[in-house]
Amino acid sequence: MSDELKNIRNFCIIAHIDHGKSTLADRLLEYTGALSEREMTDQFLDQMDLERERGITIKAKAVRLTYQARDGHVYQLNLIDTPGHVDFAYEVSRSLAACEGALLVIDAVQGIEAQTLANTYLALENNLTIIPVINKIDLPNANPIKVKEEIEEIIGLDAAEAVLVSAKLGTGTEEVLEHIVKIIPPPKGNKGASLKALIFDSHYDSYKGVVVYVRVIDGYLEKGQRIKMMSSQVEHEVAEVGVFRPTMQIGQKLSAGEVGFMAAGIKNIGEIQVGDTITTVINPAHEPLPGYRKVTPMVYCGLYPADAGDYADLKNALEKLQLNDASMVFEAETSEALGFGFRCGFLGLLHKEIIQERLEREYKLNLITTAPSVVYRVTVNSGQEYYIENPAKLPPPGKYIKLEEPYVLATILVPQEFIGAVMELCQERRGEFKNMEHLGNKRPMLSYKIPLSEIIYDFFDQLKSRTKGYASLDYELTGYEESNLVKLNILINNEPVDALSYIVHKDKAYFRGRQLVEKLRSLIPRQLFDIPVQASIGNKIIARETIKAKRKDVLAKCYGGDITRKRKLLEKQREGKKRMKQLGNIEIPQEAFMAVLKIEEK
Amino acid sequence: MGIGLYIHIPFCLKKCNYCDFISYGFKPALVKAYLTALDKEMALYSNSLPPEEKQLETIYIGGGTPTCLRANELYEVLKACRHYFTWPPEIEVTVEANPGTVDLEKLTVLRRENVNRLSLGVQTDSDNLLQVLGRQHTFEQAVEAVCLARQAGFSNLNLDLIFGIPGQTLTSWRECLAKTVNLSPQHVSIYNLQLEEETPLWKKVKSGQLKTCPEETELAMYEQAIEFLKDNNYIQYEISNFAQTGYQCQHNLRYWRNISYLGLGLSAHSYLARCRFNNTENINTYLNCLTEGKLPVSRVEFISKQVEMQETVFLGLRLMQGLDLIKFFARFGCCIEDVFTAQLKNLLYLGLVEINGLSLRLTKNGLPVANFVFREFV
Repeated sequence: MSDELKNIRNFCIIAHIDHGKSTLADRLLEYTGALSEREMTDQFLDQMDLERERGITIKAKAVRLTYQARDGHVYQLNLIDTPGHVDFAYEVSRSLAACEGALLVIDAVQGIEAQTLANTYLALENNLTIIPVINKIDLPNANPIKVKEEIEEIIGLDAAEAVLVSAKLGTGTEEVLEHIVKIIPPPKGNKGASLKALIFDSHYDSYKGVVVYVRVIDGYLEKGQRIKMMSSQVEHEVAEVGVFRPTMQIGQKLSAGEVGFMAAGIKNIGEIQVGDTITTVINPAHEPLPGYRKVTPMVYCGLYPADAGDYADLKNALEKLQLNDASMVFEAETSEALGFGFRCGFLGLLHKEIIQERLEREYKLNLITTAPSVVYRVTVNSGQEYYIENPAKLPPPGKYIKLEEPYVLATILVPQEFIGAVMELCQERRGEFKNMEHLGNKRPMLSYKIPLSEIIYDFFDQLKSRTKGYASLDYELTGYEESNLVKLNILINNEPVDALSYIVHKDKAYFRGRQLVEKLRSLIPRQLFDIPVQASIGNKIIARETIKAKRKDVLAKCYGGDITRKRKLLEKQREGKKRMKQLGNIEIPQEAFMAVLKIEEK
Repeated sequence: MGIGLYIHIPFCLKKCNYCDFISYGFKPALVKAYLTALDKEMALYSNSLPPEEKQLETIYIGGGTPTCLRANELYEVLKACRHYFTWPPEIEVTVEANPGTVDLEKLTVLRRENVNRLSLGVQTDSDNLLQVLGRQHTFEQAVEAVCLARQAGFSNLNLDLIFGIPGQTLTSWRECLAKTVNLSPQHVSIYNLQLEEETPLWKKVKSGQLKTCPEETELAMYEQAIEFLKDNNYIQYEISNFAQTGYQCQHNLRYWRNISYLGLGLSAHSYLARCRFNNTENINTYLNCLTEGKLPVSRVEFISKQVEMQETVFLGLRLMQGLDLIKFFARFGCCIEDVFTAQLKNLLYLGLVEINGLSLRLTKNGLPVANFVFREFV
């Protein structure tokens, strides 16, 4: 092995949400002097405000740390931060593929959870050396001994190697660094071979274009090289390479084993696919690195400007967001009810919420979103197959012969006493029981096959509330299966509202239809006339409610000359109206379009 | 052009259950300090306002309960008005009063000092409902107050009524109207009870101890009152106000015509020289400011032409005669149809407003949903 590689360690930190991954990363940065305390804002790696608020790392980042170990040598440590949510599982897997080792952070109180396991399996698939790190040992009810047992029994790792830390207090940080140096193997790789660099993330910089995060596996990357992306075959000339320390520092080259960034004046982030391999145009590699797949959105919804005049702004904002996030897709669509807008695809509901919040917060857009939908597969009478991302586009009954929906395999880790509650929930959601394993002493793991559409509504919230927050969930897509599905139409004031229609299992259609019209009745403000709200399947009305006309709306009080108060009150009510969508002469509040999500079970 | 003067007296025997205005219990020392401050506030305006803005066209002393002050204290307030402002004889001077806080001596002093209009908070004829409202008097005391007022020489009386009180029925409301009309006031105001958040009444309704009247009942009460009062020669001239010919409240008309007034005292509101401003709501701040010789104004808002037009329209529409379109043009130099084209088109189409001769006004259908109409203009 060359000397250059001997002192490099590439690692990532994996954890269940809230187990303290980002805090530990901060401590490592601080300890190695990558950030002075003055520069430290808490959790440097989570740069977006939104990420910090939600405590979720959305995009992976890579930081180079310099550490002088107890053995006297100076090591180059590349820390690759990974997203911590099931929506971003593929991004996680590519980040892992860029490493040789992983710190598996486990909360000393909570113990092992579903994502701990899912991430561990991912790490093992990528042949990573895992160092268990038991965090939050400062908490009064911390139980590191129990967690160590779990590590041995459930994961099968040697818990003797586990490091006990309190990332919050900074205890054990040096131990972690020593373990990284001692236990994680240095990268292998042949600097002399053809270039193979793994893309594991990217972001858009208005000066440099797309900044591509890479792990060089073989060969080297340097300024001036003609390179090409092996999946898309797009060619570019490298403008600069460098590393994050944690701010960008331009360097000479990135060699086999190293992690850093590359910029090539790339304007379209769509050309840069996570998991793709970069090679040189001259003397290219024969085979790309394994594991590449194109990420496809799982959840779609309509995004419409509340004010039709904001359409161009919304388009602009979506384009800008897409610069940084190629996993979000969008295309223009038109709704009879909502006018011009976009159908947008996301990796999952969290991803959708993040994008939606950014649009509203950073771009000050007032949005109407339709209920999220999965992608259905429909086979029409001619035998042709279509994918339907918008329930309104489903052909009427009789025009198709088969309707299929995506299924997932859901893995739920739950304490013994909540098994009944979880099974009940899964059954309500059309889940098919697959397996129950007991991990460790009393940590049952349930596997269910469930339609994705049942997961994307409030499944996770329900799971948490029915298990007092103890259950954890992970899922992966397994494929399409035929289901007895129907399209539920909603009519307001006798007019069908396309943006409210949705696809539901036939057994639940009546129940859901009735709930939905009840919910809509409570959400839509009374107007100056009666409004019927109906649910139908085909031409058959299955539920009906009436929103009674408002007959009195006066402000009698005089407020002793306080006209401002009166005006403010009117303005406030007026503002409320602005957030509504005008359908004919009816005002429908934004929440109504999400009503389907807010229906409580039973 | 002169101004309307409003003076706020923020003291009450006890706060009513539905009230969310600022008011304090009657404590002699606090009242004394307050009246001293009020005198200083008048002095400050007297020194700074141009003569034409010291010319009073109406005076209105409201509260709180102004009549919970003692006779000599009321006299001091009126004397100060006369001292600091130009008070022509014969202008309308109103004092708000609550039954149970008036006696012949007080009323005689008021009348002698040229107060010529008394507004009595009768609210309802039912002692049970008065208790629900947390009022400190009976209906009998209200009747007594009316007699005393007459005895003291008042010939312009307003009686305030509230409808939509939890427990009130259409029949009992009709009886209340009849008893009120029997007292032969010159003016009647009827207010639909509004539940203001965090008031004792709101809490009782929220906890289920009391039940509000159904919306249909409230609407029927309102319509019944309009008809009943009309049959008894009270002309409705504003959403909540009814008067015999010649007895419309000149002071309140200023609000609805959106013309200037000066408000003095705690939390009082003013509209002068295209600015709306109001005093602090904190009594200590109020007293301290005036001790230091500063105006206790806590907020000033300049009213743009656009906002002034909006306010002129939604305030003017409260009046049954409507908004005078010629005056609107004279005031703003543009036609209302050009400013609020879409809104007017829609409201005319819905039949909620009408243009009658040269005024824009609410229709019979528009009246009960006036807020819907007003919202269109803000």
